[in-house]
Amino acid sequence: MENAIVATKLTKQFGHFTAVDHITFQVPRGQIFGFLGPNGSGKTTTIRILLGLMKPTAGVAEVLGMDITSHPERVRAQLGYMSQRFSLYNGLTVIENLRFFGRAYGLRGEKLRQQIDFVLQMADLVGRERRHARLLAGGWRQRLALGAAIMHTPQLVFLDEPTAGVDPVSRRMFWDLLYRLTSEGMTIFVTTHYMDEAEHCNQLAFIHNGKIIAQGTPSEIKERMMYGQVLELSPSDPARAMTLLRSAQADGRLQVDEVALYGLTVHVIGSDMPVKQAGILELLRTADVDPGAALLIPPSLEDVFIANVR
Amino acid sequence: MAKTLTIIEARALCKSFGATRAVDMLDLSILQGEIFGLVGPDGAGKTTVLRMLATILNPTSGHATVTGFDSVKQAESIKAHLGYMSQQFSLYGDLSVLENLNFFADIFGIKNKVRKQRIDRLLDFSRMRPFGTRRAAQLSGGRQKKLALACTLIHEPKILLLDEPTTGVDPVSRREFWDILTELHIAGTTIVVSIPYMDEAERCSRVGLMYRGRLLVCDTPNRIRKMVDGELLALHPENPQRAATLLKGQPGIIEIQTYGDKLHIFVDAAVMRGPEIIAHLAQAGMNCVGPWLAQPRMEEAFISLIGKQAEMTIGG
Repeated sequence: MENAIVATKLTKQFGHFTAVDHITFQVPRGQIFGFLGPNGSGKTTTIRILLGLMKPTAGVAEVLGMDITSHPERVRAQLGYMSQRFSLYNGLTVIENLRFFGRAYGLRGEKLRQQIDFVLQMADLVGRERRHARLLAGGWRQRLALGAAIMHTPQLVFLDEPTAGVDPVSRRMFWDLLYRLTSEGMTIFVTTHYMDEAEHCNQLAFIHNGKIIAQGTPSEIKERMMYGQVLELSPSDPARAMTLLRSAQADGRLQVDEVALYGLTVHVIGSDMPVKQAGILELLRTADVDPGAALLIPPSLEDVFIANVR
Repeated sequence: MAKTLTIIEARALCKSFGATRAVDMLDLSILQGEIFGLVGPDGAGKTTVLRMLATILNPTSGHATVTGFDSVKQAESIKAHLGYMSQQFSLYGDLSVLENLNFFADIFGIKNKVRKQRIDRLLDFSRMRPFGTRRAAQLSGGRQKKLALACTLIHEPKILLLDEPTTGVDPVSRREFWDILTELHIAGTTIVVSIPYMDEAERCSRVGLMYRGRLLVCDTPNRIRKMVDGELLALHPENPQRAATLLKGQPGIIEIQTYGDKLHIFVDAAVMRGPEIIAHLAQAGMNCVGPWLAQPRMEEAFISLIGKQAEMTIGG
């Protein structure tokens, strides 16, 4: 079995509202699959369907080779789930939390002890076993929550916004941990609305208003969807350059999607930027602003996403 | 041209809470008209610095001046020039967008015609006009932040202090929020903003990296990126996990980071190590696209700088 998840034309309606609208995607085994989109775009609904907690209105979801709607119980022991709020018991210590989740998954005796040791090591929580969960800093809580979600060594884990409120150093540790788990064969399905995080995923799908608007590897998405469409300028007076470009954009002299300030540089985003470049430089020079170095730079995933939802 | 007047200055600023030193001998100068980003891990002291500059919290020692006034002795003179948006900025959930704006206008004593004009302008400026009569509690997270910003701007402050204004805000609203900040910046407002996600650091004129109450580095995003040890090579190998294992510990390789189907490899000298990497992978039967020279991301620069500092602290 190549794919851990095969979703075909999956649809979920709540009354007249279509939360998930005919989405089709595959998640290959042993990879990190990123499911990206703004709040309210349908990410959590999709996870609920894939976990077998909610029936789709139409479409089919095969999870680990089984139709999740007809036999959720057969698959569920192989699934792990970590919610946005790192559902831990704050009044319990680290080790008590792990024991609780382990038992809930049916682990006992020696097997339970082994798994607790494994998670403590993996999540770098050795030495903090007796600390109360509520006293842990964001990064530790996050790794503990992940540990709790994989106590029963599931084949497929869903992580719903796992890095909200976690600092960059801890986030890096977290991603290293996820790579280690996938290299041992686990499949990870992760949602986020932070696009810089998406760069870490093997495969991505962008979801917006319940529809998938792009999928592929991060580099494929960037190349296919907006190759060479970000022009970076380093003008002598960035604020004035911004004013000039934005007013040209407003009155239609400059046909671009976006003019944005990045520190001392200005990003002009739109289609056919290589063609428009000369006109933009000329516009600035005429107004006595030295445009400085002009470079076509690779877009960020956020640039791609925004360009495609606007 | 940009003015180079210092508008905020902190000298040997310290704040202790019991035995914890939240801010430790901080020296900082912020120039008029800058977008200054404060970044750092949780608990680094960013919020405490902002609160001291906002004159809400008195320093344990050292001092800060804002628009030339002392933050403790002349706090009242500062307040008129300052807008501060805390992480949990309190809007009144039961009041509508318009009622919230009117409420903040009351607090700042803005009356009649001036009030009407300003609220009118802020509604357009914050893209909130279509939601004027909606109750604040029913707005999305991103719109609540925009309304909070509009309320912070009601007295037209020269300086804005924003504490993680985009936490929990989705990409489209986040982009819009930064558009609004850019407009304020162009109009000459000085903005000090604490930042949870490193990609936003790219949007600041200058960035200060805080770690354990101290300011480690303070410079433009471009120069901070260049402070990383070594050069960065990006590479698309057939199998990134296996390639990382193969390359680990090879001569000249400082660090390897995985980004999905891509590896970021920090090396001592790219011209020499690039061909070595290709050869080494080819020997193991693996093809790859690249490597090519890449610019380190802000996040990589910060992790590297914090790593160095942590080593120094342990070593010294």
